[in-house]
Amino acid sequence: MRFFEYESRRILERERIPTSAAGFASTAEEARAAAEQIGGPLVIKSQVLTGGRMKAGGVKFADTPEACEAHARDILALAISGHAPRGVLVAAKAPIAHEYYAGVIYDGVRKLPTFVFSDMGGIDIEEVAETHPEHIGRGLFSTVLPHMDFRAKDAIAQTGVTGRDLTRLTPILSALARLFVKYDMTLAEINPLVKLEDGSFVAVDAHMDMENEARPRQKVLLAELGVGDEETRQAREATPFEVEGGRIDSVDHRGVAGNVTEFDGNLGLVIGAGGGSLTLFDAVRRHGGDPANYCEIGGNPSVSKAANLTKLVLQKPGVEKIAVMMSIVSNTRVDIVARGVVKACVELGHDPAEKIAIFRIPGAWEEEGFKILARYGVEYCDRSVSMHEAARIAVEKVSTRPDGAKPLPGERAGEEKPPAERLSGTGEVVEG
Amino acid sequence: MSILIDEGTTFIVQGITGREAVNLTRECLDYGSTIIGGVTPGRRGREIHGVPVFDSVAQLVAATGQVPDGSVVTVPPAFARDAVFEAIEAGVKLVVIVTERIPRYDVAQMVELAELRGARIIGPNCLGVIRPGVGKMGGIGGPARDAAKAYQPGPVGVMSRSGGMTTEISSTLTAAGLGVSTAISIGGDAIIGLTYAELMPLFEDDPQTEAIVIYSEPGGRMEAELARWVTENDSRLPIVAFMAGRFMDAMPGMSFGHAGTIVEGRADTAAEKIARLEAAGIAVAQGIAEIPGMVEERLGARAAA
Repeated sequence: MRFFEYESRRILERERIPTSAAGFASTAEEARAAAEQIGGPLVIKSQVLTGGRMKAGGVKFADTPEACEAHARDILALAISGHAPRGVLVAAKAPIAHEYYAGVIYDGVRKLPTFVFSDMGGIDIEEVAETHPEHIGRGLFSTVLPHMDFRAKDAIAQTGVTGRDLTRLTPILSALARLFVKYDMTLAEINPLVKLEDGSFVAVDAHMDMENEARPRQKVLLAELGVGDEETRQAREATPFEVEGGRIDSVDHRGVAGNVTEFDGNLGLVIGAGGGSLTLFDAVRRHGGDPANYCEIGGNPSVSKAANLTKLVLQKPGVEKIAVMMSIVSNTRVDIVARGVVKACVELGHDPAEKIAIFRIPGAWEEEGFKILARYGVEYCDRSVSMHEAARIAVEKVSTRPDGAKPLPGERAGEEKPPAERLSGTGEVVEG
Repeated sequence: MSILIDEGTTFIVQGITGREAVNLTRECLDYGSTIIGGVTPGRRGREIHGVPVFDSVAQLVAATGQVPDGSVVTVPPAFARDAVFEAIEAGVKLVVIVTERIPRYDVAQMVELAELRGARIIGPNCLGVIRPGVGKMGGIGGPARDAAKAYQPGPVGVMSRSGGMTTEISSTLTAAGLGVSTAISIGGDAIIGLTYAELMPLFEDDPQTEAIVIYSEPGGRMEAELARWVTENDSRLPIVAFMAGRFMDAMPGMSFGHAGTIVEGRADTAAEKIARLEAAGIAVAQGIAEIPGMVEERLGARAAA
């Protein structure tokens, strides 16, 4: 889960890493009050969980509390990439001598956390890595041995930094590594880490990501920051359809019937499990189908849980039929899913034979499941029909667009879209 | 030579009294595996399908007079690190971690300790390992009867980031008359124990294995590492890959399927991975049904050469 900049700065402060003077404001009046307290030249930054703030007009500069208030009013009204801002951060525009980058991430290949340090801060670190690799210092650190400052020092020294700067930067990067571990981060970065004209260092912008799996054991920090369990902090905010999918999954602890993502096609999907869902969603699109949703069922959910997820999908506007498909199951029972999807159709007044385009779940208890489907006249198949073939059968039964599958959000037909880099956080120059 | 498990492999189940663990114990025993004991703290003296339960691994080792070759860890995520450390420190050399939702730092610690002690980890968030007709460690393939239906012995090694898809692919290979040498559900998390590239040398040394099939997903560098390994090592094994989650390329930052399945940068999209795999000479299948034909074609080409 991603933290807002103002939250990331609070985490730094909690760990005694100095930050530039700043205040969070959720109204223009609060912004003005913060400006009066901080004084001097200021930067006003939109607090959104997305990059590209600078380009979108979400970062402005002011010399007076009045100007700050006016900018805050504009920024608060400005949605960036569909994200409404949580508030603004009003921060002192510090006199900069030099900008550095300090980060800690996982090296997925070496399976250890690693420092990333650069003496070219304030810009996209990926870009620095590509164009000026000699300005990047790295260093893995152990998760079993005690934490040692020299690892941080080595990463910094690789970039040629020495003297007092090295001895002052080392404890900051080292503290960043300790908080990365302490708070189960998957990314902790300060960019820029600014050397002021007086020779001291302050964090001017920070970006942190905590692993979702660790949320249960980070309750103290999350409570302190006011982050509730309902805040998923996904790349985009959950739709009501997705929220309801999450509710269906959570009210019954047996198995999984959730992980719902909304799309706007006409073929509802009741699919599973993790890898099976990915494969089947691709398969539907490959045959020109437009999925109404993504979801995952698995781990042997109850009849009612499978039925509730199916009802949710069936009731989604625009859904003509549903396809019930999974890879071969060994834990989930075919008959239980069959019962659930038939129950959902019947209870909503639909004919299962008409609404269920195809049922392709082979595996445990399949004979019993297929008997139920046969009784209701539902077309089903066993493992001799491939996942892609089942998807093709389903797509054929719903109306398709003459020009093939609809592009997904963020995807233009026939064009590969490079996804945003994440290592660099917001990737924008705030000052200097 | 065999991959990870053979006829004589002994193992234990940590968290054996849990509902899922009781089932997988039954399944593994029925399939012919040798489980010498189980561990659940506070449950010493019980039996699960005839398998004695102990409070600790050390107690189990003392009572049975042997260090098991492997352990299947099924404890809840908050206790997983402790259980894995306990097994490795007792001398266990193969740990299969079934548990899902273990925080990444804990996994990094387990993996680092395993490396220090010369142990191997499969998972977490996996279904385990099966050697058709010989034994299985974990819930892979389900009950013995179902596992036999999907997994028949043959020349193809299978590695998969999805447990369910391990069985789907193996079943397709079995139905086509090819069969499987060893199938490994490697786990779906961002950091896992043995990856494709780290398992390749084991398959390379296994005379039963003549080809490899992998199932992969967006997210991470694992496929790039495999491509690198294949390029740097003169492997005798043709590889066929299947890439799921192609639709995710349009949705960076969104997590689907497994914890490790998230597009975070340019290098970990499905499109980029397919390009890397193909550049390394790895064939990428469009659908599961095409895999057996592609494997046969490559085995035939090799036999003819």
